Formats: sequence, structure tokens, C-alpha cells
Amino acid sequence: MLPFVQGGVPISWYLILSAILFAIGASGFLIRRNIITVFMCIELMLNAVNLSFVTFSYMWRQVDGHIITFFVMVVAAAEAAVGLAIILTIFKNRGTLQIDRINSLKN
Amino acid sequence: MDVFLFFLFAAIAVGCAVNLVLQTHPISSAISLIGVMVSLAALYLLLGAEFIAAAQVIVYAGAIMVLFIFVIMLLNTGSEETEPVNALSRFLGLPLLLVMVGLLSVVMLDVAPPSQEVRFGSFTGGGAADVGLLLFTKYLLPFEATSVLILIAILGAVVLAMREVD
Repeated sequence: MLPFVQGGVPISWYLILSAILFAIGASGFLIRRNIITVFMCIELMLNAVNLSFVTFSYMWRQVDGHIITFFVMVVAAAEAAVGLAIILTIFKNRGTLQIDRINSLKN
Repeated sequence: MDVFLFFLFAAIAVGCAVNLVLQTHPISSAISLIGVMVSLAALYLLLGAEFIAAAQVIVYAGAIMVLFIFVIMLLNTGSEETEPVNALSRFLGLPLLLVMVGLLSVVMLDVAPPSQEVRFGSFTGGGAADVGLLLFTKYLLPFEATSVLILIAILGAVVLAMREVD
């Protein structure tokens, strides 16, 4: 019980958690059929990578990883704004959000 | 206590992430994603990244997810229609996912030093002052470049929305 209360967490556990979250996000990206849900799975993958950046930052005792995480957040915000505007336009033109129905480039 | 908090928030994060993938209605997925982001913010605090934890809650769980929920409610398309799934992908999907997690974990275990442990409070360089100092000295040029990126994103969103108005 004592090591459970006093001990720290091995740094690799955080990295493995990040790997698990990334894999869940990647699988959701592949199996979901709604554009918005696919987009949210991309955000989940970005978050998983952010966690490993912050963990590596802790590992090397440097703040650089935090800065990269901050930039990833900025890029994710820009991506969400443009991506959701594109989704709105697609829905207006096509009337659906199912990615299997949006296949006009296929023919 | 560190181990307990890590497992608590890691379990919330993984549970919400699995729920995000399994739910068919986008609103349920969005709320699960908020759960993931808030528990990740708690994990950032455990790692000593105070500024990033605050930015995670404000920018991600606040601004970006509000945008998502706003669009979901605006379009109001309801649950996703389930399509017939290929039998091969149905049976191979989960094992391949586990293989991917295993491969990533092997690489991570190889990279991380086995002796080093994360203890709350042993790294305090992640406050707003330290991050801001580095952001405006070493990373000044990338920071200015992100402002141009944001400007382009705003212009793109406005152009796409204007086309809708016409």
C-alpha cells in the first residue's frame, strides 16, 4: 500500500496512455461514417499527441514541448473553424453528412 | 496519490474516448470528447504543465467544442445511419487495433527511461511566465506565423460562409 500512496508514476505509462488514445482516435476515424464524428476523432488524435509532447517535456525538464502543444492547439482551432465551415457548405449542397454519399470525385 | 490520480483520469480519458467512437449520435460523441479533454487537462497538471492545462480547458473544451456542438445542433441530422460492414474488417479490426497499440507501446517503452517517475510538483517550469518567456524569445517567429495562419483561417471561414449566404 505504501508505494501506491507515495510512489510516482513511470513516465512510460503516460506515453502508453497517449498511444492508446491515438489508436482509439485512428480506429474511430476509420469506422465512423458521420463527417463531424470523423472530425472529432482527428481532434482526439491531436490531443493524444499533445499528451506525449507534454510528457516528453517533463522527461527532459524543458518547456519546449509545451510551446509545441500550444501551437498544435492554435492549428487545431484554425482547422476546426475552416473544417466546420466546409462541413456546413457540404451539407447545404448535398443534404447529407454521410461520407459514403459524398463521392462525386469517384466517377 | 500520483498513481491513484493518474489511473482515475486515464480511465476517464480512455472510457470517454471509447464512448466517442462507439456512439452513433454526434452530440454524444462531442460530450465524450469534452470528457477526454478535461481529464487530459488534469493529467497535464500532474505533469506540471499549468499553462497548457488552462489553455486545454479554455481553448479545446471551451472554444473548439462549443463550435462543434454549435454546428451539430445547427445541422441537426440525427444519428448516423449504420452501413453493412465487411465481414473481414469486422473480425480483423479489433486485433489490428491491439497490434497498433502494442507496436506504439513497444516504441514508447524503448524511448522512455525506465527509472524516471512522474511526481506532482517536481517540475514547475510550465507556468504562464516560463511558457510566455520562451514563446516571445526563442519561438517568436513561429508565434507570429501562427497569427498569419489564424488570419487565413478566419478569411477562409468567412469566404465559405459567404458562399452559403448567396
